[in-house]
Amino acid sequence: MTGARRVAVLKGGRSLERQVSLVSGGRVEDALQRLGHAATGIDVGHDLVERLREVEPDIVFVALHGEGGEDGAVQELLEALGIPYTGPPPAACAISRDKAITKHLLRDAGIPTPDFLVLSETTFKELGAAAALADIGERLGFPLVVKPARGGSAMGVRFAAAADELPGALVAAFSYDDKVVFERHVAGRELAISVLGGAALPIVEAVPHASDAYDFEARYTIGRTTFHCPAQIDAAQAAEAGELAVRVCELLGLSACARVDLLLDDEGTPWVIEANAIPGMTETSLLPQAAGAADIGFDALVERILLLAPNA
Amino acid sequence: MTVEENLPPARRAGGEHRRMDSRDAGSAARDIERYAALFAQRTRVMTSSAMRDLMAITERPEVISLAGGLPDTSTFPAETLAAVMSRVAADSSARALQYGPTEGMLSTREGIARVMAAEGLDVDPGDMIVTTGGQQVIDLVCKTLLDPGDVVVAEGPTYPGAVPTLSSYQADVVQIGMDADGMRVDELEETLDRLEREGRRPKFIYTVPTFQNPAGVTLSLPRRRRLVEVAQQREIVVLEDDPYGMLRFEGERLPKLMELDGGQFVIYAGTFSKILSPGIRLGWAVAPRPLLAKLNIGAQASTLCPSSFAQLFVSAYLDTGHWEGYIDGLRDLYRERRDVMLEALAEELPPEATWTRPAGGLFVWVTLPEYLDTTDLLARALTHNVAFVPGRAAYLDGRGASEMRLNFSGSSSDDIREGVRRIGGIVREQVELYGTLTGRVVPEPHTEPEPRTDLADVLELPRRRSDDGRRDAR
Repeated sequence: MTGARRVAVLKGGRSLERQVSLVSGGRVEDALQRLGHAATGIDVGHDLVERLREVEPDIVFVALHGEGGEDGAVQELLEALGIPYTGPPPAACAISRDKAITKHLLRDAGIPTPDFLVLSETTFKELGAAAALADIGERLGFPLVVKPARGGSAMGVRFAAAADELPGALVAAFSYDDKVVFERHVAGRELAISVLGGAALPIVEAVPHASDAYDFEARYTIGRTTFHCPAQIDAAQAAEAGELAVRVCELLGLSACARVDLLLDDEGTPWVIEANAIPGMTETSLLPQAAGAADIGFDALVERILLLAPNA
Repeated sequence: MTVEENLPPARRAGGEHRRMDSRDAGSAARDIERYAALFAQRTRVMTSSAMRDLMAITERPEVISLAGGLPDTSTFPAETLAAVMSRVAADSSARALQYGPTEGMLSTREGIARVMAAEGLDVDPGDMIVTTGGQQVIDLVCKTLLDPGDVVVAEGPTYPGAVPTLSSYQADVVQIGMDADGMRVDELEETLDRLEREGRRPKFIYTVPTFQNPAGVTLSLPRRRRLVEVAQQREIVVLEDDPYGMLRFEGERLPKLMELDGGQFVIYAGTFSKILSPGIRLGWAVAPRPLLAKLNIGAQASTLCPSSFAQLFVSAYLDTGHWEGYIDGLRDLYRERRDVMLEALAEELPPEATWTRPAGGLFVWVTLPEYLDTTDLLARALTHNVAFVPGRAAYLDGRGASEMRLNFSGSSSDDIREGVRRIGGIVREQVELYGTLTGRVVPEPHTEPEPRTDLADVLELPRRRSDDGRRDAR
């Protein structure tokens, strides 16, 4: 602990996850105040640089989610301004924000991730990829998950049970990004593993209510999903999954603080789905839950993230 | 989270806002469990969280929002406001600052009776209670009539603002389809028969019969008569929500359900929100006396009484005699904006889209091809700084995925034109993409759409045609 610091908390912005970010940022501000720091929240907009010059922070706490905050854009700007910040550097953000690049890196590193294909809107519009939809279905098998490569939470994510459901699912996914990931659907238990300071925290398992099993919206919605932390899996499996999550974070440059989502299938294989560079910090977010299970209270978690920032 | 956090920086009170509470810093996991066990069942509202997140962005100042339901309060003369407030202060400052009767002040109820008389209605101020907006009437009717699981019949789509109210009373909502003549009363009767066979007796029918929110359509006279007969025969209450009745741009006024019913089963909800100001938060209910007494008890429990200041303001304002002229002005303004919107829709939307043509009110309801999802479309639209309400918000049963509500009262004509242009561009793009993905032939532009029989009248749409130029927007 380097004593009281002036911290600017970046939140809000104009991404689709603005609302979550405002809540995350607000809670972080409160925690920083309780910890004795001078915290100033900044709702990120056109005047960001101006606001940062006014506040003259010792460090920036990045509580932005989605486009702008989680894709490395704000981090590049902070690098340019020479202000230290929490969370991963620009490249790691840009990589983990993009599910297509993430999955390629995972597969190349021999980390299990469900089989997938990536196609862009241009491929359909200019190269006639629509004619290959049947082949995609055959190659990956139904049901398929169709998702925007750079999307947040459940937005634009659809199941396609058969080939005729693909066009609709694609139009939805292309509403969020011009690049779409087709992923083989893995049935299994949903595990979220938060990594803090290079070590895995207790695993959170999300169990959607039966009727919502195919509804991505229901995920992480209190009342429609039950969370177990620590996950009710055997210790060896938990340790293996934890190690895998740490490996994923090392590979992607996210070791300070991140969340890795994976599916544990019936054979016990953990399939990595994605990594989140800036996990949510709301009352219902998974990182604070996991930290809580490791007896790291919210304030302590915020302080840890602050201390893990490089050059801080 | 606080409301202030939702506001764009420019609209904040100024200075860095600091919360005053210092909440317990205990572990988040414990927090969740602690609160989750305390939440009532009725808080489990099933609104899509994606949609809520998206709607939060529509408030940014650079977004042209056709999503709101806001009247344009900018035309209200500031000097009238000042004069009326001065008069309240001079004549009745102590009363304005004091509690009042739960049912509302007599002078206000008499004023409301005068407003209703302007529509040709003869209402006794004793059959009325003043409420905190029309919204409170919906809440009070639910509170008075519903046990968890009770059936409520509503239009499909229904007023999006009623959805959380109905959900919070754990109503089992059954939605009835609509066409150009409003709620399909034949479908209503079939549904009531079915519900009866299933032993589920609806407590009330919620309807916005005139310039419906969100569909913009109006219940025809024959259907009004039939709806009232059905309610009387089956002894079901009808909640007639009528915020827009006075905002008729053309055509003859239709009798209200309340008039046709003659004081038996219809509860009428009125409001000053769209004819004076939503910020005043004043509405009213007219109901048969036994129901009124129960509504009154409910109101006492929730607000004690409506705002005395607001009531005196409204009474004093009505006394100035300017109000009818003000409503005339709103009508002219909104008529013009509606025309701009209909014209823009005809020019910008592809032939696969259909929409309603309201004769009053604030909204147009657009139906896109079933393969488009307006929640996803909204995400795309927001990147172009334009917003609307996705159709799902108007249903409790997951329908409405390819529909959307557009508001024309709260934006300037230029913004409406530009907003519709942007939405149209995205819709065309997605229709084309779907055509590409399915290998379908993309329809030629400017072809006439197939007439939809269920929306026949509505679909007599102004469309750009090369032969006779622009058809009359009326």
